[in-house]
Amino acid sequence: MYWIAWKMLIGNRGKYLGIIFGVVFAALLIAQQASIFCGLMSLTVSQIRDVEGPAIWVMDENVQFVDDIKPLKDTELFRVKGVPGVDWAVRFYKGIGRARLQEGSYEQMILLGLDDATLIGAPQDVFLGSIAALRSPDAVIIDEAGYRRIWPDEPFQLGRVFEMNDRRAVVVGITKASRTFQSFPILYTRYSQAVRFAPPERKVLSFVLANPEPGLSSQEVCDRIAAQTGLQALTRSQFIWQTIWYYLQKTGIPINFGITVLLGFIVGTAIAGQTFYLFTVENIRQFGALKAMGTGNSTILLMVLSQAANVGLIGYGVGVGLAAAFGWWTQTTTRLAFFMPWQVLGLTAAAVFVIVLVASVLSVRKVLVLDPAIVFRG
Amino acid sequence: MPASAPPNTTAAITLRGVTKEFGRGESRTRALRGVDLDIPYGELLMLVGPSGCGKTTLVSIMAGTLEPTAGTVRSLGHDLTTMTNGRKVRFRRDHVGFIFQATNLLPALSAVENAAVPLLIAGWQRQRALLAAAAMLDRLGLGDRLTSLPSELSGGQQQRVTIARALVHEPRLLVCDEPTSALDAENGRITMELIRQVAVQPDRAVVVVTHDPRAYPFADRIATMEDGRIESVTTAVDQA
Repeated sequence: MYWIAWKMLIGNRGKYLGIIFGVVFAALLIAQQASIFCGLMSLTVSQIRDVEGPAIWVMDENVQFVDDIKPLKDTELFRVKGVPGVDWAVRFYKGIGRARLQEGSYEQMILLGLDDATLIGAPQDVFLGSIAALRSPDAVIIDEAGYRRIWPDEPFQLGRVFEMNDRRAVVVGITKASRTFQSFPILYTRYSQAVRFAPPERKVLSFVLANPEPGLSSQEVCDRIAAQTGLQALTRSQFIWQTIWYYLQKTGIPINFGITVLLGFIVGTAIAGQTFYLFTVENIRQFGALKAMGTGNSTILLMVLSQAANVGLIGYGVGVGLAAAFGWWTQTTTRLAFFMPWQVLGLTAAAVFVIVLVASVLSVRKVLVLDPAIVFRG
Repeated sequence: MPASAPPNTTAAITLRGVTKEFGRGESRTRALRGVDLDIPYGELLMLVGPSGCGKTTLVSIMAGTLEPTAGTVRSLGHDLTTMTNGRKVRFRRDHVGFIFQATNLLPALSAVENAAVPLLIAGWQRQRALLAAAAMLDRLGLGDRLTSLPSELSGGQQQRVTIARALVHEPRLLVCDEPTSALDAENGRITMELIRQVAVQPDRAVVVVTHDPRAYPFADRIATMEDGRIESVTTAVDQA
């Protein structure tokens, strides 16, 4: 009987495509907008993700997200190092600096200061120059996107000089780095160099990066650091989620995207639901004939649900596929943030499931209460 | 046979005091007013009468697609008035074939697929059902139009597909509602001949609702209805 249901569905090509269009529209809009939202959220934590090595981030207890810098005293490093279970701990500077370029223009930049001795937190994809070159005076490594932004249409070139808060900075390397939420160029330098670039302040240490001793969990060591120093100690994953949660709670981003996702859901439901209902009404005599010939209500219900599942699966596949194609296209041609994790696919699947369920419930009710004697009426 | 005849123990269908009312209160309409009727196996009975006299209501009750308001209905040995809905669905699936006024063929299915529908409802494997349906269509002269869609068939051919669909699962009761009303005289005659030749069997009863006097010669008996009652039951010879 599912075969008959399928033939009935595809037999009315116009309606069939109409229902699929509704589902595709909803799936595309939901998946695409949710992916852009995830892309934006991913940008907010890109700097945490890019710092590879340390499992623990230690910061002032009032820090809410990665860009919410509340400087610590330099001595906090030694307090963290003194906590049992800490294998190693290093300084990490993060701030915003103002660069003055040779042509006289100014540019805001994200300044990251790495531990002088170990360079922990250094970028992983330096494709021109070297990390070791950071040890030379006034040395900085700049990210590729930042380089293109401040020197557009110019070839990559080491040795370029500019001023960072009135101090000389020399480009000794160019690296790939994840884009940030602010989209500013990123400069990597030694910690001691970074504090010279930064405006003078009494406290300059942004974070202490640490690792637990082998055999100890990061969470356990975080708890010990918090208890012993009064600082906030988070695992890398916790800091990522704390930052994302901050943006979810304190900005209008989720509401803006949520509204679009909701609109996609409502419009998709309306198109798919209405077309599916019309399809059922158009076939009501055929359903009546099937009931008269001995098709039970449970079979009729399964037939309608199988029709709904058919358009749901196709609509979902096409919609998500189009969203993925859109994402691929934006990654190669624009700077639009786009990130489609499996959760987006799950959310879209759930939304499509609800859409086809609503559509089939609207339709199936009409068929289930249908009097099979209708077929005897001319 | 007069309407007040005693029950026939070999009857395929026995109706006693069957009434049917639609609506409630002032809008209540009595479609059937105490119908008594016996239809033996092997007979083709025609129900005739003016529009609104209750023919379609009566045939719907015989087929188990409509509940009577009062009275008893025994069809093929089953008491339909006490049957649950689920059993009635199975009864129709296993024992009743339908030929509708509007053919009600599924437009997306080919002739052979349409004819196979009752077998698919009964749970037959698709290939086996299609083979049986093709054999039935061949018997009805449509062996060369198996894969045609209903829209590609003439009215007479469509009606032959509905006959095949009605008989493919060998039902013991065939119910036909105005089978010739949408056909020209020639196709109407052919349709009735096919019903007469193929459908009428010693172990099957055939009930045909019709307005068409040209169909009367194909009947064994003709029950004339008027205002929800059976006024007379005559043979086709009497009618002539």
